[in-house]
Amino acid sequence: MTDAAFLAVSDVTVGYAGTTVLDRLSLGVDRGEFVALLGSSGCGKTTLLRTIAGFNTPRSGSLTLAGRDITRAAPDRRGMAMVFQSYALWPHMTVAQNIGYGLKLRKAPRSDIAARVDEIASMLGLSGLQARKPGQLSGGQRQRVALGRALAVEPEILLLDEPLSNLDARVRLGVRHEIRALQKRLGITAIHVTHDREEAMVMADRIVILDRGRIAQEGSPEEVYNRPASPFVAAFMGAENVVSLEGSVDGDRIAIAAGPHNRPATIARETRALATGRFQARFRTEAAELLPAPPRPAFGDQADKASDDGALRLRGTVCQTSYPGGVWRHVVAIGAAEVSVDADQPVEPGTDVVLRVPSSALFLFDAPEDGAEQVSRAAA
Amino acid sequence: MSALANRGESALPAPDGRVFSLDLWWLPRALVLGLVAFAIFGPLANLLLWTVAERWYFPNTLPLEYGFSYWAKVFSPRGVAWESLGTSILIALLTVLFALALAIPAGYALGRLKLPARSLILLVFLIPQAFPNLPVYVNIARFFYDVGLNGTIAGVVLVHVTHGLVFAVWIATAAFAAVDAELEEAARSMGAGALRAFRDVTLPLAMPGLMASGIFVFLESLDEFTGSFFVGAPDVTTLPLLLYTAGAGGNYQGASITALLLLVPSIAFMLVVERFLRADVLARIGH
Repeated sequence: MTDAAFLAVSDVTVGYAGTTVLDRLSLGVDRGEFVALLGSSGCGKTTLLRTIAGFNTPRSGSLTLAGRDITRAAPDRRGMAMVFQSYALWPHMTVAQNIGYGLKLRKAPRSDIAARVDEIASMLGLSGLQARKPGQLSGGQRQRVALGRALAVEPEILLLDEPLSNLDARVRLGVRHEIRALQKRLGITAIHVTHDREEAMVMADRIVILDRGRIAQEGSPEEVYNRPASPFVAAFMGAENVVSLEGSVDGDRIAIAAGPHNRPATIARETRALATGRFQARFRTEAAELLPAPPRPAFGDQADKASDDGALRLRGTVCQTSYPGGVWRHVVAIGAAEVSVDADQPVEPGTDVVLRVPSSALFLFDAPEDGAEQVSRAAA
Repeated sequence: MSALANRGESALPAPDGRVFSLDLWWLPRALVLGLVAFAIFGPLANLLLWTVAERWYFPNTLPLEYGFSYWAKVFSPRGVAWESLGTSILIALLTVLFALALAIPAGYALGRLKLPARSLILLVFLIPQAFPNLPVYVNIARFFYDVGLNGTIAGVVLVHVTHGLVFAVWIATAAFAAVDAELEEAARSMGAGALRAFRDVTLPLAMPGLMASGIFVFLESLDEFTGSFFVGAPDVTTLPLLLYTAGAGGNYQGASITALLLLVPSIAFMLVVERFLRADVLARIGH
């Protein structure tokens, strides 16, 4: 993909005064694609966007746009337009002047500029506000002006730096879909930086998850959600429940050994990259099923051979029940670990339960040497 | 009257709605305000009296005779007031142009620097002010004499620029630092070259601060005496030099009228500065 990519970032290293923010990072973006750069703060996603925009110069590596080397090209000669997190609207210009500025630079006739500004204003619901200054607009309107200003120049690539993070939650949900619909309709290539998982999932064709200056995983929203490649990605995509297991890999089967809190199980290996030994198991709150615990003996020897249906069964005790809305949330203690599990019906704290996690929702990784907890914390 | 009474803490509205109370705090307040006013306006009043005094000598508290004959003398076609006023304004304008030509790029560069480095460099700009003026100007005069700048308008302008540059650079730096770098980046992103982005975005947004900077330099130049004296006199006569000559010669009326002339642009510009300079720009001076 990287060879034929419309925008190719190859082996780019970027750093500020002694620190490395991006470490030999490569990324390809196809024409018309909507790519989300997702990561927690400090992962380098904004730095990557600014490097693509031309505001940071890589220490090494190269950038090409449609086959043209733009590694050292000035920001104004890249055919890209950026929407800033702060919107960066010019306070001394009106809405119309802000939106029309790029066209004015391209020496478009005055009547064309006015027509295009009106067209964009009506497309973004800004009609009638053209004569206002940015200071007289609401947050949502400013965001639209910033977007309109970038769209007016019909950029080859639209760069979005967390443009929704300053909007209040209700406005944000609507704007997500508007931007996505607009991008599809106009066929623009877009790169969107965000730390909001759901935002990335809803808007992007492809999600690129960044962790400490490297790409942790890239793929379609469905891929990264259902087949996380690392504990970090799993945690970032919401699988924050962590349980430690032992097991062995045998061809395309994974045998999970019986542990102090789990039954043995055999599940299909599928795409999991694992080695025999200690596993770290991760699953989402909504992925586990809460079942009443069978009486003690049933969890003993004869049960080891029974009901092995490709799911992991964990035994624990409910220690907290709450109702966040829609479903009941339970905190279940499994040995020293605590996990959250949703269920349709509340279960009294103190009840012994069995958690059934189907193979498809169970993410298994080789247990890290140390710091398993840190990974889940970092993503929280 | 009612505004004053309203300040009284124990004020009780009477049945008909009017407030009957005496705020005793107005007494010390009025006293302090009066003293301050006297300290500021006393000398000014004296100056004003001198401009219209025909005869005034010790031990009389007030002039013996009033009149405008000295005004006529100062502003007579053969008088030097008009000429030195013109010279002063010309020098001040040239100084502003020159100082801003240096302060705009310097202030822009400094305003975009990170804080510790910026403070340090701004501090370096202050160092010339740490030396006593007199020996510095005497040496400048000596040097200018060698290169033929002594007694020329260019020489006086140069001296005024060195004096005014500190303020110009400090205020310009504050003005540029108050303009968010992202605003300029946004212009670059829209396709503006570096110069165009500066002209269209950064410069207009920094303009109020730059105007203030220019006004300060203008006023500094108009008032400057020591440097003008050593470098300019006797060939270049600015208003302060005229004032000095008049005052030293016992012509208090002439000196007072000149001083009044100098006061006019100062007050006018202070009003302008107050209108134009935003608080957030002022807050960044020296940061």
